[in-house]
Amino acid sequence: MSNEAILHEADVHTSHSNGHHDEHVHHHKETFLTKYVFSQDHKMIAKQFLITGIIWAFLGGMMSVLFRLQLGYPETTFPWLEDILGHWAKGGKIQPEFYYALVTMHGTVLVFFVLTAGLSGTFANFLIPLQIGARDMASPMLNMLSYWFFWLASIIMLSSLFVQTGPASGGWTSYPPLSALGGASEGSKAGVDLWIISMALFVVSSLLGGLNYISTILNMRTKGMSMTRVPLTIWALFFTAVLGVLSFPVLLSGFILLLFDRHAGTSFYLSDIYLASGEALPNEGGSAILFQHLFWFLGHPEVYIILLPAMGMVSEILSTNSRKPIFGYMAMVGSLFAIAILAFLVWAHHMFVTGLNPFLGSVFVLLTLLIAVPSAIKVFNWLTTLWRGNIRFTPGMMFSIGFVSLFISGGLTGIWLGNSSLDIHLHDTYFVIAHFHIVMGVASFFGMFAGIYHWFPKMYGRYMNNTMAYVHFWITMIGAYLIFWPMHYEGLAGMPRRYLDYSSWESFKQFAELNRFISTVAMIVFAVQLLFVFNFFYSIFKGRKVTSQNPWGSNTLEWTTPIRPGHGNWPGEIPEVHRWAYDYGKDGREFIPQTEPVGANESAH
Amino acid sequence: MVTNSILKQYTGAPMGNGGQRKKIHPYKFTLWVGIGSIIMMFAGFTSAYIVKREQPGWIGFSMPMLFWYSTAAILLSSITMQMALRAFKSREMGRYRNLLLITTALGVLFILLQVAGYYQLNHMGVRVEGSGSGVFFIIIFGLHALHVAGGIVALAVMVFRALSSTRRSYDVVPVEVTATYWHFVDLLWVYLFVFFLLIQ
Repeated sequence: MSNEAILHEADVHTSHSNGHHDEHVHHHKETFLTKYVFSQDHKMIAKQFLITGIIWAFLGGMMSVLFRLQLGYPETTFPWLEDILGHWAKGGKIQPEFYYALVTMHGTVLVFFVLTAGLSGTFANFLIPLQIGARDMASPMLNMLSYWFFWLASIIMLSSLFVQTGPASGGWTSYPPLSALGGASEGSKAGVDLWIISMALFVVSSLLGGLNYISTILNMRTKGMSMTRVPLTIWALFFTAVLGVLSFPVLLSGFILLLFDRHAGTSFYLSDIYLASGEALPNEGGSAILFQHLFWFLGHPEVYIILLPAMGMVSEILSTNSRKPIFGYMAMVGSLFAIAILAFLVWAHHMFVTGLNPFLGSVFVLLTLLIAVPSAIKVFNWLTTLWRGNIRFTPGMMFSIGFVSLFISGGLTGIWLGNSSLDIHLHDTYFVIAHFHIVMGVASFFGMFAGIYHWFPKMYGRYMNNTMAYVHFWITMIGAYLIFWPMHYEGLAGMPRRYLDYSSWESFKQFAELNRFISTVAMIVFAVQLLFVFNFFYSIFKGRKVTSQNPWGSNTLEWTTPIRPGHGNWPGEIPEVHRWAYDYGKDGREFIPQTEPVGANESAH
Repeated sequence: MVTNSILKQYTGAPMGNGGQRKKIHPYKFTLWVGIGSIIMMFAGFTSAYIVKREQPGWIGFSMPMLFWYSTAAILLSSITMQMALRAFKSREMGRYRNLLLITTALGVLFILLQVAGYYQLNHMGVRVEGSGSGVFFIIIFGLHALHVAGGIVALAVMVFRALSSTRRSYDVVPVEVTATYWHFVDLLWVYLFVFFLLIQ
């Protein structure tokens, strides 16, 4: 007992700069507020990000169910929708304005609030200090602020759903002029202002988090933990943070200019606009393409911000549960690095059809297709890690293997879309929807699920229920393919995205049954996610208790902490590291933790 | 036993992780990464300026004299900041306090000159309305001034701490972090000034 008190004193000190030593002589007591709400413990902040992310994922997923209802059953009316949604579903049919609001918010919520904040916010916070051997982040204070800026951004985004004119509805990319002119549509009014403010706060949150992740990884590793010994999760989270820190500020500058166009009468993005009433706007000399450049300079790195953490966690989980070292550790790091560099050089492949100079386009085609090289290296390394492994099919492992499958099938269509000539046909069709949902959306979700199932015992000291987890895996896996695979065909046939109702087009009528099928599967898959959410919350309180310190037989440092670590992570000294994280199946031993010194007749790694 | 080891950690390395010597303090490192991210934001703005300049309806500007003075003020403040840091390191607290006060005053002077320079621009017909260069100034110079104001707040806190008689701190990290940031906003201004001077 006295030990705990002393330890607690110690980590209060260690989490501040040494200029504050004299302040903490008094005994520090944790209240509900400092432990669960304004916590500076990275593990609690991770859980805050995770649970906020789950709430957002529920809302974002629900939105997709609503618009899939419209797409699958365009003729049918659902009177109960009007009871819930009021004038947005007049007569039981989703109104066009609301449909656009739904797709916009679905994209914004899932890309930023779930797969950026919920994914890297959770696992960077949780895993970085635990896996590199640090008591907390470089600045626990900034870390706490990072969560609360995210919270504020969430509240503002949520409140935009309730304004009279509805939330932003110009697409998650918020291209001007639709987003710059309040008169353009109902969803371009107050909704867009709230959207921009919320996103600006979100950028601040990401930056504060990213700064912390980078300096923690580079400065606070325990003794012996060289950069070539850190687990691949850490490398992935490091590159994710670098991408975020360099690209989010550019997005912010784009948003500031957009805000001026909306309210100060400037013409950054506006030029030669005629309203439907015949009136001409005075703006001239603006360029809507400028916004697209600023947006996609973030927007493309953003997809890797989403994907890299999943890649890192999958590498770690695959190796642990194959009981084999990761194949090609340095190649994995190198390919992460290559992806991070290329992420900044390919943004214009989102803009092939904006009138981009074809010569410039061909440069971007080349750079885009180059990404296939590091991606293929990663895929080969994952497969060779699995090859002849002693595989344990834990739920985390299932989702990791699922991730590899989705990354392959979604990545291959990227090669199609990266060609500027093919893109003329495929741009803004369901082919694009299918591509990015599989490779970025569902794959990253699988990485996130894998991470949650794998590290849940460390987070809460309990296991999640396996039966529910397997049901969750199989239905999600099969469902994801059933939803998105057919969309490739629709896209190849030219079916455009963002349309409310396809039944009046002769060319797209043929897909009515297919759309209904997709919608049905989407609803089933959504229901299974509710099973996951139930499993998650149920297991926090009632799950089977973890009784051993290292339930997966893993090498990394987080499993050397107590089953329920306090703030400061290790009672006593932080362990020293003597080897890399992937000594599985070595010298006749199943696994050798990183803390074990290298033996006399053993080669060091 | 445990108590001993913890005490050793807590008095040893700055962040108490295993007594490993650190080359750079995490706060300083965090600042450097933050600087990288601020640079990206201004790079976004200046590249938007370059793109926008090619569009129809563009109106240029000529650099008012006042911005030369503000440049001189902020360059001078960087020198006094560096001298203050040196004074702090050699424990000349009186000198440190005075130099810090001068730096703060020069920072405030810089912002006042920027505001005056902006009005001078307005006077010369460079306005926010329309599609000319005018609107960039309020955004770029305004955001830069906000970053300087942040530095002034940090300086004010340092002055307040230096004046306080109840607490005495000889920890150099906060002073170094503030100094680095101050030099950064100075250099950022020099970049913006040269950029607009060359492009006007």
